[in-house]
Formats: sequence, C-alpha cells, structure tokens
Amino acid sequence: MKRIKGSEALMEALIHEGVDTIFGYPGGAIIPVYDSLYDYQDKIRHVLVRHEQAATHAAEGYSRVSGKVGVCLVTSGPGATNTITGIGDAMIDSTPIVVITGQVTSSLLGTDAFQEIDVVGITQPITKWAYQIRRPEDIAWAVARAFYIAQSGRPGPVVLDFAKNAQVAMVDFEPEKCNFIRSYIPASKPDDESVLKAAELINSAKKPFALVGQGVILGNAEKELADFLEKADIPAGYTLLGESAMPTDFRLNKGMLGMHGNIAPNIKTNECDVLIAIGMRFDDRVTGDLNTYAKQAKIVHLDIDASELGKNVSVDAPVLGDVKCSLPAITEKLLPAKHTDWIASFDEHVQREFAEVIDAETNPQNGLLKMGEVVNAVSEVVNHNAVLVTDVGQNQMMAARYFKFKQSRSVVTSGGLGTMGFGLPAAIGAKIACPERTVCFFTGDGGIQMTIQELGTIMQEQTGVKIILMNNNWLGMVRQWQELFFDKCYSQTRMTNPDFVQLANAYGIASRQVSERTELKVAIDDMLKDDKPYLLVVNVEEENMVFPMVPVGNTITDIMTKK
Amino acid sequence: MEKKLYTVTIFSENTVGLLNQITIIFTRRQLNIETLSVSPSALNGIHKFTITSYASQDIIDKVVKQIDKRVDIIKAYYNTDDELVSQEIALYKVSTQKLLELGSIEALIRNYGIRVLELTETCVVFEKTGTYEETQKLFDELSQTIGVLQFIRSGRVAITKSKVERLSDMLASIEKLQ
Repeated sequence: MKRIKGSEALMEALIHEGVDTIFGYPGGAIIPVYDSLYDYQDKIRHVLVRHEQAATHAAEGYSRVSGKVGVCLVTSGPGATNTITGIGDAMIDSTPIVVITGQVTSSLLGTDAFQEIDVVGITQPITKWAYQIRRPEDIAWAVARAFYIAQSGRPGPVVLDFAKNAQVAMVDFEPEKCNFIRSYIPASKPDDESVLKAAELINSAKKPFALVGQGVILGNAEKELADFLEKADIPAGYTLLGESAMPTDFRLNKGMLGMHGNIAPNIKTNECDVLIAIGMRFDDRVTGDLNTYAKQAKIVHLDIDASELGKNVSVDAPVLGDVKCSLPAITEKLLPAKHTDWIASFDEHVQREFAEVIDAETNPQNGLLKMGEVVNAVSEVVNHNAVLVTDVGQNQMMAARYFKFKQSRSVVTSGGLGTMGFGLPAAIGAKIACPERTVCFFTGDGGIQMTIQELGTIMQEQTGVKIILMNNNWLGMVRQWQELFFDKCYSQTRMTNPDFVQLANAYGIASRQVSERTELKVAIDDMLKDDKPYLLVVNVEEENMVFPMVPVGNTITDIMTKK
Repeated sequence: MEKKLYTVTIFSENTVGLLNQITIIFTRRQLNIETLSVSPSALNGIHKFTITSYASQDIIDKVVKQIDKRVDIIKAYYNTDDELVSQEIALYKVSTQKLLELGSIEALIRNYGIRVLELTETCVVFEKTGTYEETQKLFDELSQTIGVLQFIRSGRVAITKSKVERLSDMLASIEKLQ
C-alpha cells in the first residue's frame, strides 16, 4: 500500500492490468492524469491522436489484432462526446476497449460546468458498463472491474468517467484484480443436454453448413473450429468479422456470407439441411429477408450471449457458452462423416461467380483500374500474410472479397456500425499492436477524409501503415445504390478531392499516384519495400460496382451479378 | 403477434443509474412502461423492480434477455397475470360535503373494502388496494356520483404463485461459480 495521487493510482492500476499503450488526447479535466503519465513514459506509451474519435478506433484496431484491451484517455465534455462513435462501434462489433474520460470536479457535477457532459448517461446504452469515479478510493476497484468486464464474456467497451477531484486527491493505493461479479455471468459452461442435441442434429445431417463469426476469433477457437469442421466434413461460410478465422485456402472454407459475399455460401444457406451458426449473430446484412432465410434447415446456434440466441432466427438447438468450450464438446460427440457430393455441389456456384464477376474484377485486360484487381495485387505481393484494415463502403467490400489470409486476427473492419472514417485510426492501432506485421489499409476518398487528420498521428509516431486509397471521386457505395435503385439520381455523392499525394507529402509521408495498369505492380512493390508509412493513391474506374449483391431486404439467394 | 400485459421482475445490485439502463431497453423496442415499482428486496443490498408492459411474448422475451445481460442485473424474468398474485394501491380524495350528501358511506366501505386515511372539514382521503380493475371500478363509481378531487395509483407489486422466490439460493449457486 502506498499513498499517492489519484492520477498516479490510475497509472498503477492500468499497469497492473498489463496496459502498455494508450491512445489519447489531453484537455482541461484530464491534465492531472497527463501530469502523472509523464512520469510513467517508460512503462506506458501514449499515442497522441488528432481527434478523440480516432483514439477509440485506434484502440479498436489495437484490440482486434492483439486480443488485448485497447485503452483511450480523453478529456471531459467534447473530448468525451467525440468518443461516442468509437464506443458504439466497439459495442456492436464486440471489441474490448476501456475509455477513460476526464470529468469536472465532483462538487460541480450537474451544474452545467465548463466542459461538463453526462458521459455515463450518454454511454450507458452503448457500453457494457459505464462508471463515474468520484473518489480516489474507487480507482483500484473500478479499473479492475472495467478490464474484467471489457474482455470477459462477449467483449465490449467500458467507460470510466474520472472526476477531477479524484485525480488530484491522495489515496492509499493497492491494485486489485477482478475475476468475479455476482450479477454477471460472462460465459456459461455449455450444458450437456444442449451439446448432445446439437451433435445429434449435426450427425443426422446430409447437407450440413456452418456459419463462422467473430466469436471464433474472440474465443481463440480457430483450431477447435477446424477440428469440428474436419471431423464431420462440414463446409463453412464466414461473416465479415469472422474473416481470417479460417485460412482462405482451407478446403472447407466456402467464402463470405451476406450482401456482397460469395454466391455459393448464400445459395447453400437455403439448401442445407442443418445450419450451424458459430459465434455469429444473424445480422440483416448476412441473412437478407428473415422470412425466407434457411427455412428448410434445422438451426444450431453456438453463442456466448444468451440474448443473441433466438433474437433474429428461431433456433432448434441453441448452445450457450464460449465456442472455445462448446465446439470441442460437440466435436467429441460427432461421428466422422464425408459429405463429398454436397461439398462438390458448391463448385458450380464458385465457377459461376468467377465467370460472371471475379474474373472481370481481378483480371481486366483493358479500361481503367478496378478496385478488385488492386486488392488482389496487394494481397499477392504480401503473400496473403498481412493485416487487412478497411474503411467502410465499396473499398471495404472489395477488400474483404479479394484479400486473402493465412492467419487469424488479420481483419480490422467496422462491421456492425459501418463507421466511415474508422479505417485510418484503426490501422494505426493495428500497426502499433503488431509492428512486425504488414498492415494494409484499403480506403476510399470519402472514408479517409473523415479522419484524415490522423496522417498527423502517423507522422508523429512514424507508424508504418500502408494506405491504399482507391480513389473514384465518388462516395462509391451510395453512388452504387443511387445507380441501381434510385434512378441514377446522384444526389451529393460526387466529391471534389484534394491532391492526396501533396497532402501526404505535407505530413512527410511517402506517396505516389497511379492510374495505369502497367504501373500498379511497381507501385505496390515500391510501397512495400520498407516498413515506413506510405500512401498509394490508385485512381480507379468511377462506375466500378461491388458484385455480387443481394439487394437490401431480398431473399439471400436473390443475387445480382451485374447491373 | 398478440400483445398482452406482462409483468417483468428484475433483481439488481443497488447501483446508481440502473433504472436508466432498464428503461432504455424498453424504449429501443418502442414499449411503454405501464407501471413501475422499485424497492429493496428481502435480501440486503438487492433491489427489486416490478414493471408491467403490453407486448408480444416474442418481444418481451428478447427485452428481458437484454435486461438480464446488463452487468449489474442479477436476474430478470417475466410472467403473465395468471402466474402472479399482484396488488396495487390507490388513494382517492373526495369532498367531505359531497360525501355527506350521499347519506351513508357504509355501502362504499363494505362493497370496496376501503379505508379512510384522513378526514377534514373539506376533504376525505380513502385508500383501496386491489387489482387495477378493482381500483378503477371504485374510481369510476366515485367520479360518476360525487366526483374525485385527486387520485393516485401505485405501480404493481407481484409475487409468483408457482414457486418461492429463491433468490438467495440462486445467489448461493452463483457464488459457487467463483
């Protein structure tokens, strides 16, 4: 026990939780913490972002690739409200982050003091837990509890609102550890009966099909998944956030599900006899119209969150628990099987998609550059070993479709909230979490400009992010919908853009622009020749659209492959 | 789907801001809260919420799961009226003068089981406990005869018919997980 200031106690408590990196931005109500942080620079690296929203996305990127809790430190009022988008993003995409916001001194709470905002009230619906620390005696308890809640069970964001008086007051500090809260059961042990029922259903299947979600990655259950699929010879599709849980070339990996996913897994969803959802939540972008979704199939659903079971799709065999436990429990009861003909039946759809979409998108012989070929080319050069970060929109869907993976925790994207501007700061966080890996960030001219100020963070930290800006001078995904569904009324989607190369140069970031197919490979090689930050601007075809596409609200097998 | 009245029972830690966490989950699903009652439970430090709301079973089931998921909620479940014994309390203020004009209040007291809480020269305050329908019936009768000056009704309190509320047993089994 030692007698220290509250701000120092926070540092000690964070170090006790294994924190070595913080993304933040100082301000009036958090200065005492920054004052203490100065003395802890050898233990905690602080990354100074250019906007608090970026701190939250960077923390998310850091968490997604490392599996650790991302930490943000911001001031009260606008500093806190600027984090809301990132907190919401982390909530819907189950990403563990702890956001520490400064708060006015306790005696001023509720008086509309300068830079006072009700952070706990605002963030309650979009956090697992939000707590206001008003006394320094609460710091050890609250920090321990925050980290436990953020990373246990279905992970998510936690907010600690840290009143200034608690930062400056003295306290007898002893770090605490939290691994139990009586009102909170993070992961139930899968019960034998439901495991047995699920195994029996799967054993009875002639045409089983698995849906792999982020739960597999969050549960570190990639090996358990592969064992499960292999034993009963079950083909699988993956959700956007489940991408990289299986290597791209894994025999049973049949591609991405959903609106811009692959044809085969979407078609087969409505042909299988047993559908096994593993750590995924039947998002509407995956299911399309629920009234026509997998009605022919018995449904097995493995999830850690009881409120997800039966939320969107009624389930025949729910299995509550961490897939790290439930998958091997089911696998043990599976009979080895072969579904050779069923698996072979995916091929015709794979060939159709190649012929109607993929070939033209990735190997065009003439015309302007296409997004698919850019993604494909970068993935080839990094030998499918890089971390993929995306923004939101066409760039995201093209990257998810054509980038390939050999290892897990390699995709950082905003799935649930669909946050434009997510990518650049998330890429910074991802690179800082794994400096030894190449981080390729694909973005568009719209998305990058939402958080483009973070080029400043890259400059200051010399973060070796490889930015591939696929520029079409449009808000491409909205433009695509306008062309397809709104009579080509291109309302407010045309963008007049700055010279991105000059902009990068102003930040001291190497940059180059390409428009010709013949220059692309050289430019990518040049970008990847070292580990320094780089902005590659690729001017792509303006009318380039993402196909296949299941229009919103349609049956999942109702797939467009062209205009 | 058919909507009916569900009673949601919630046990929680006694922490600041919990009511807000609960009500926003109703709000997201566009459900009105009909009645709400919060009080300390039989167990020290644990609070009990009793909330009634009209909903379809599908929706109330999902809402209760989402409430149960919150960190500081110990347990949440829902029941229909046939599974519960429930009671509400209502207070009625009427004019003393008009009450006297009725002649006798014996019939009121016998028929409705009311208690008189206060009597002044100007007004009388009755109390009646019962179901919503019972307290409403008295209100209607008074309104039509002598008029009601003020009226207030509490939220519902309820206990289940079928089982004992073994919260302490449940807590003990949770503690064993530690």
